[in-house]
Parts: sequence; C-alpha cells; structure tokens
Amino acid sequence: MAVKTLLEAIRDTLSSEMARDERVIVMGEDVGAKGGVFKATDGLQKEYGEDRVIDAPLAEGVIVGAAIGAALNGLRPVAEIQFADFIWPAMDQIVSEAARLRYRTNGDFGCPLVIRTPYGGGVHGALYHSQSIEATFAHVPGLKVVAPATPAEAKGLLAAAIRDEDPVLFLEHKKLYRSIKGDVPEGEYVLPIGKADLKREGKDLSIITYGAMLHLALQAADNLAAEGISAEVLDLRTIQPFDREAVAATVHKTNRALILYEDNKTMGFGAEIAAFLSEELFDELDAPITRLAGPDIPAMPYNHHLEKAFLPQLDDVLQAVRKLAAY
Amino acid sequence: MYETMVLSRVLDERFWILNRQGRGAFTISCQGHEAAQLGLGFALQPGKDVLFPYYRDIGLVLHFGMTPRDLMLGFFARAADPSSGGRQMPNHFGSARNKIISVSSPVATQIPQATGAALASKLRHTDEVVAVCFGEGCTSSGAFHEGLNFASIHRLPVIFVCENNGWAISVPQEKQMAVPNVAERASAYNLPGRAVDGTDPVAMYAVAAEAVNRARSGGGPTLIDARVCRLTPHSSDDDDRRYRASEELERSRRLDPVPRFRQLLLGRNVLDEAADRALRERVGALVDEAVEFAEASPEPDVETMLRHVFAEDAEETIPERWTAR
Repeated sequence: MAVKTLLEAIRDTLSSEMARDERVIVMGEDVGAKGGVFKATDGLQKEYGEDRVIDAPLAEGVIVGAAIGAALNGLRPVAEIQFADFIWPAMDQIVSEAARLRYRTNGDFGCPLVIRTPYGGGVHGALYHSQSIEATFAHVPGLKVVAPATPAEAKGLLAAAIRDEDPVLFLEHKKLYRSIKGDVPEGEYVLPIGKADLKREGKDLSIITYGAMLHLALQAADNLAAEGISAEVLDLRTIQPFDREAVAATVHKTNRALILYEDNKTMGFGAEIAAFLSEELFDELDAPITRLAGPDIPAMPYNHHLEKAFLPQLDDVLQAVRKLAAY
Repeated sequence: MYETMVLSRVLDERFWILNRQGRGAFTISCQGHEAAQLGLGFALQPGKDVLFPYYRDIGLVLHFGMTPRDLMLGFFARAADPSSGGRQMPNHFGSARNKIISVSSPVATQIPQATGAALASKLRHTDEVVAVCFGEGCTSSGAFHEGLNFASIHRLPVIFVCENNGWAISVPQEKQMAVPNVAERASAYNLPGRAVDGTDPVAMYAVAAEAVNRARSGGGPTLIDARVCRLTPHSSDDDDRRYRASEELERSRRLDPVPRFRQLLLGRNVLDEAADRALRERVGALVDEAVEFAEASPEPDVETMLRHVFAEDAEETIPERWTAR
C-alpha cells in the first residue's frame, strides 16, 4: 500500500494501463507537455511519446469523436475533457454515437472508450468550472457513469473503465484531487463497475451518496455517533448502472434514507435513487425518503459565501439526519 | 464498376417501388451519386481500407462487400439485417466484417470519427486508408471543421469525400455556403482540395486514386468535392416539387451518371447492347431474389429488444430483476 492523493492515483493508473496495453492512448487539451491543467497526465507524454499522449485541438467534439473512431479501429482511447462544464459540445458524439453504437448495430460494433473529466465544485470554479453532469449522462442507456470518491476507488475503477468493452464516463471530483489522500493497493487492482461500497455500518438510517459528498457524510456520521444516532454510509461509486442491490440492502436494514448529492436537487441523480426506493421498498420505509442537494439555480456562483451556500454543508447534513432519525 | 452502378440504381428504384406499395416505411436514395461512389470505391481496397459511409452510399457498401440481400433485409427491418437487426432506418449501413462503420442519422458525426480511425491506422501501422463520405450540408457543421483540422495537423491517412448534390433536403448550396465548392475550404487546413465531376466515374476514380495514394504514403488527407446530382426527393417522406424547379431537375437528369457511363462504354466497345441486356437481367434477377428472400425472412423477436445495450457478458453482471422492468 502507498498513500496517494486521488490525483496521483489517477495519473499512476493511466501510466500503468498504458504500460500494460499499448492500445491505450490519452487525448485531450493540454495533456502533453503540460501534463493536464490538474496534472492528471503529468509525465505521460515523456514516458509514452507524442503518438500516445496527444495534445488535441481545443474542440471537445473532435476529442470525443476522434476517440470514438480510434476505439472503432482497434485502440483503447482515454479522452480527457478539461472540465466537465465543457463537455456539452461533445454531447452529440457521446449520446448519439458512443452510447448507441453497440445497440444500433445489434452488437456488431462496440465502443471501448473512457472519457475522464473533472466535475463538481467547492474550488471557486464558478458557473463553468463546478458543474455536476452525472444525471444528464446517467439518463443515456449504453453509457456507464463512474464517480470514485477515494484514491483506491479511483485506481480500481479507472483500470476497470479502460478495460471495459463499452464507453465509460469517468467523473473525477476536482475538490478531492489533492484534498483526499488514502491507501492505494500496489500492482493489479481492478474494482467492478456497478458495485457500491458500504463505507460505514450503522443501524438508524442510511446516507446514500457519492463523490465529494461521501466525505461530508462520513464526517456527519462521526459527529452523530456522539449524539447516539447510528448512520450507515453507502458510497455508490458507480452512478450508472447503480448498485440496486446495495441500495436496497442498506435501506432494508435501516428503513430510513437520506440521499446526499451536490448537483441541483430537481432531476439530480438522487431523484432516481428516491424513485427506486419508493418503488421497491415502500413497505419498509419508516420515514419519507429525504434528499439533500444543491439548489435549482444554473450553477454555483464564484463568491465564497454564495458557493458555500450552494453546496450542502456539515450542518445541513446533521440537521437532515436528526430530522430523519426523529421521524 | 458499371455493373455495381446499375445494381445500385436498380436496388434503389426497387426500394421506392416497395415503399410506395406500402411494404416498407422509408427509403433514401443514391440515385445520381453512383459514379462518385464507385469511382471512389475502386480507388480503395475493400477488406483492407475503412469506410465511413453516409446514408446515400448504396454503391459504396455494395462494393465493400454488402449484398442486395443485406440491403433488402435492412429495408424490411428483418432480424438478419446485418447493419442493425432491424433497429435502424434503412440505409443506415454497418458491417464490422466488411470494415463499413455504422451510419447514424445526425449528420457529420462520422467526420471526426473517421479522423480518429485514421489516427488508429497510423499508430497501429496498418497501411489502411480511411474514407468518409457526407453531403455538402454536412460541411456547414462544426464537426466538419474539427475533423479536417485534426486530421491535417497529424497528416492522417484519411480522405474526406463530399458527395455534393447541391441540395441539403430543400436548401440549395448557395444558402449553405458562400464558396463555389467545398474543395476551396481545404486551403484553410493546409491540405489539397479537389473539385471533380462526380457524375463521371473515370474522373472520380482518378482524383480518388491520387488521394488514396497520398494518404497511404503518409502524405496526409485530401478533401474531395464530387459534384453529383440528386435525381429523387431527399427521401420517401419528401416532396421536392415544393422547392425544386422542374427545369433544375431536368438538368440533373441529363447528368444522370448511369446512362452516360453506359454510352461511354458502348462507344469504346467495352460493352455491347447484348452484354448490357444480359447484365441488366442478372441485376434484375438478383434484386428480385433479394426482395423475395428478405421479405420472407423473420422479423426480430420482441424479446431481443433489450439486448446489446452493453457487451453481453457485462450485461450479465446486472441482476436480471432490475433490468427486465
């Protein structure tokens, strides 16, 4: 085990996957000499050459479009979209092409492609460097959406994404890049896509979350233990296909669910979890399914106070949990 | 070349007849594009080179190995349709075995993809050339610019072929672009642009062969504007009398590449009337047989509708209970 930041885990996994499989290439804006704006591809071009680590023109449509073409013709491209907020010009390629190629050809073609992108807020990124995009893409059948919350998860899930036969949108919460350190297993370490992880056991209620909010949930659970409230924390890890069995299992155990996410509340991914629980576990619920999420404004503002007001804070989680536990 | 042109035309005419008889909901045409398609096709190496066609490329996909039966299975949306198993509209071709990349309906998405496929060809040292086709309406999109720009920066082995029939559904070329032909845009990417009469298969072959040689020898991409004519409405759901003057359509008919190539071959004694009759009988029989075969072929089982969203073994990792709903 080595202690790494989430960013180091991603960089090292890209490198080890490129060493393992010469079909793996990296393509995106500033990924070459600069090593990416966050340094997620630092040193890769030196290690693997300009052919395999490609500084793309500043056009997201062709970054993903060319990656699809390369995937169709024998490579395993890892495309980087510099910020998730800039992914929209590539929407046509992701939704109409990558996600549909297998279905529209009745299985004749596949599109083994990874799109990595930093998402989420809390770093003064304002309206265009903070967005959460997972719900939009989770609505697209044929696309897998992964959101690791720890360095070990980042390694295991990135390796799985690169080896997957289908397109994977790999979401890296930019606030976690350097703020979270953790043990990362050495050598071969692949985590299954579609499996959640129970990060903390509890008996009174379940907090279901992913990404940066996991760490807030764990902190809240620590504080609440002192008050005698035992919160279970489920880390989804994969947004789509999400681990229905694990979500059902934790709520089956605690009978109360708080769904925590930083995206806009309405139609955010938590809405799907809530719908799933109400369809499948209605008889087992002892309290209303509760969502704590960002407000329905276009995105989080730059100003520190406004940004903080957008993001769920520790006190918000504590209050929501207390209310749910007391119901 | 002539035989595949005739086969393309006869197949296409049959699609329209079947559509008007109510035996298929949709068709979209290659009529007027056959010479450009086969001139390009003969410059490429089917089985080796990679084709990104668009929905009018009946001639090209036949040349690359699809059969009249394959295309009729697509028209009738049968389970055995090799392009999509009846999932896509007709003429959304695809065949991994024949290196024909699947066609979608949003236009121009294939252009950046062809660039990426050519990047893979270059990195894998496969000696393949990638050819991508599109209409002139496509060239207004950002994807056209992005694909050509990237391909030219890296001198990738790809040829961009615009089958320019002057009409993007109802919008004429002069409302689509301010340049006289698409080839002029090549200079913005520092790559060769060639405007050619795409109703002349020999001229088209010469231009395409030069582009293919350049791509295969590491010289990078070429943009070809092949001027063709559209002899039908946009699709079976279009009525072009609302926007197209009959004189213009008449002019287009005089450019029809199939009878003109026939005249050329007769004039040079490569073909005689008897051989042409025999050829047309062969082609007609092939198309008749394809119709009979495809129409009698089974429809897709509704049970299969949920399949192939993901690779099948990965699908098995999702519990059936949750996906079956």
